[in-house]
Amino acid sequence: MRVGLFVTCLVDLVRPRIGFAALRLLEAAGCEVAVPATQTCCGQPGYNSGDRASARALARKVLEEFEGFDYVVAPSGSCAGMIRTHYPDLFGDEPVTLDRIGRLCAKTYELTDFLANVAKLDAVPGAFEGTVTYHDSCSGLRELGGGGGGGGGPGGAPPRVAGLELAEMKDATACCGFGGTFSIKFGDVSAAMAEKKCANIAASGADAVVLGDLGCMLNIEGRLRRGGDERTRVLHVAEVLAGSETGQ
Amino acid sequence: MQPQSAHFKRRAAAELANAQLQSNMRRFGGRFVAARAKVIGELDDFEGTRTAAAAARDRALENLDVWIERFEREAKRRGASVLFAETGEEVARLVIELCRHHGVRKVTKSKSMLSEEASLNQRLEAAGVQAVETDLGEYILQLAGEPPSHIIAPAIHKSKEQVADLFERAHGRPRTLDIPQMTREAREVLRGHFLSADMGISGGNFLIAETGSVALVTNEGNGRMVTTLPRVHVCITGIEKVLPTLEDLALVMRLLPRSATGQSISNYFTVATGVRAPGDRDGPEHMYFILVDNGRTNLIGGDLHEMLRCIRCGACMNHCPVYQTIGGHAYGWVYPGPMGSVLTPSYLGLENALDLPHASTLCGECGVVCPVKIPLPELLRKLREKQVDRGLRPRSEVLAIRAWSWLAQRPRLYASVTRMAARYLRFLGGGRRRISRLPFGGAWTRGRDMPAPEGRTFRELYARRRVDSGK
Repeated sequence: MRVGLFVTCLVDLVRPRIGFAALRLLEAAGCEVAVPATQTCCGQPGYNSGDRASARALARKVLEEFEGFDYVVAPSGSCAGMIRTHYPDLFGDEPVTLDRIGRLCAKTYELTDFLANVAKLDAVPGAFEGTVTYHDSCSGLRELGGGGGGGGGPGGAPPRVAGLELAEMKDATACCGFGGTFSIKFGDVSAAMAEKKCANIAASGADAVVLGDLGCMLNIEGRLRRGGDERTRVLHVAEVLAGSETGQ
Repeated sequence: MQPQSAHFKRRAAAELANAQLQSNMRRFGGRFVAARAKVIGELDDFEGTRTAAAAARDRALENLDVWIERFEREAKRRGASVLFAETGEEVARLVIELCRHHGVRKVTKSKSMLSEEASLNQRLEAAGVQAVETDLGEYILQLAGEPPSHIIAPAIHKSKEQVADLFERAHGRPRTLDIPQMTREAREVLRGHFLSADMGISGGNFLIAETGSVALVTNEGNGRMVTTLPRVHVCITGIEKVLPTLEDLALVMRLLPRSATGQSISNYFTVATGVRAPGDRDGPEHMYFILVDNGRTNLIGGDLHEMLRCIRCGACMNHCPVYQTIGGHAYGWVYPGPMGSVLTPSYLGLENALDLPHASTLCGECGVVCPVKIPLPELLRKLREKQVDRGLRPRSEVLAIRAWSWLAQRPRLYASVTRMAARYLRFLGGGRRRISRLPFGGAWTRGRDMPAPEGRTFRELYARRRVDSGK
């Protein structure tokens, strides 16, 4: 099956290695992976800021770049959620486009959801020595209906990684306080929310917090380090599953 | 209540800096959340019940005028009067007229958020009528001179030590931290008021059209005292609270206490119908309903109409990570949390609450727990769109979003800009690979670092890899 990898703007800019980990995992699952070179952003910043026109323009671009694939996979519950849950809302007045959008939605997946439920990958290349705690992203949990949290894995079963031990943190499904532009508009409230998340991570005693979305990752890592925690690692689930992070 | 929602940011900052409030909110924590999670399992089909309740509310709202007329007819048939008020001010005027008409000097009140919309207590005092709040939380706040910070747990932002101070001052008895003792004190004080009041004012959780009744959900029994002991009972509630039948009431009551406090049923549940009839042992001689618009009709038929389904359970605020962090007062008007962030701009005007629709991470908790399936995140997003459409957002913000989108539609330019950005931010990050002061992002780095990018974009590395591997 031909899979179009939607790298996402944050992975492209900030953590390319997550994109490569996703690529490796999809190839390990036997997919033929292509990465459309013109891809940029899914349009979520505009959509959540009330700028529908901007969101629509970018949604149309994503549609044209990705509708030719059998599947579209993103290492992000948030971007996959934007496409699957919100794109249809943007084209209510264009029945023909809406039809195409509907087909796009049906084949768009968050990475871990895709690996487990479509590609049915039973053995991941990764191995991890240590205890990790998962932070599911809100979009993955609540927009994609439980699958696609990245962290908790589809159906709530964390992906099996050799050696990895799980320690669930308190309020694991609570928002970390990122919220896109929220983190800038209300920086102090956002940081206070991140602090609660960090306290729960610390209390879990885990060596690493593993998550599925770059937004949460920057927020949580940024707050952990500012708070003086140099020990707890912050990893994307793709890095752990692909074996690019082994805990050593 | 004088709206302060325009100052959300300042108020939120003050609440973050208020150590007492932060400790009180931490103590409140997820208590209602845990209780709700436990009891919703009692229903065989919780999701199905939510769907049915949402449909029942929609049915009532689709023909709201018809059901209100039916309610009015049935209530009148049972000896009650039905009055209508367009604004909060008008509510107060009507109540004051009723006080004059019936020679009322003292009023006892059970919880009513609508009376907060109407600043009723202050207006009654100004008219020489004493108003006594009898819900324990509201009573505490009346002593403190504060508005509620939660729609069902109004004094949740106070600690027992703070309450003990208030009681010591008001009751003139030795300070105690023993909660049963404190409650007893309040009961003793309130008992006197119950027996001497000439009028009782209640809110209304629901109005039942087919019987002309009001349904009251309470935990302290004060609602019953207020609606049965005084000569006159005035029920003040929003026009949207009508349910066609008692069967609808039974349906939504399966969800309301469970979603609110995590109780299968509240301690008291009252359906008050009409005035005291010959042979009745209690009940008021006179009963008035004041049905209030105060902005509600703005929502009818519009794209936020689902908000009118709201049954005021408070689940959205209990589950809101923003509410949990800053408390209810930051929101600046009667209704806090996600439902308040939709209602306040809808009732008072978009321009009077610009921050509220943005005061959410859109994490989705509120929409998931709402017992009548109000798509709260969607409504908040729609309000954001309305702000942009009406030119109410700061120019810098609008331009920044537009610039981003303009850039993202030009892949080659985008690739070179992000290439430079990745290098520049990597440079800013230095050896520790984190940025402690972000240019143009000071709000981010005031409370956290920004992890620095790796330095090369994915697309650069990917293109190079393909060249290297000869693809």
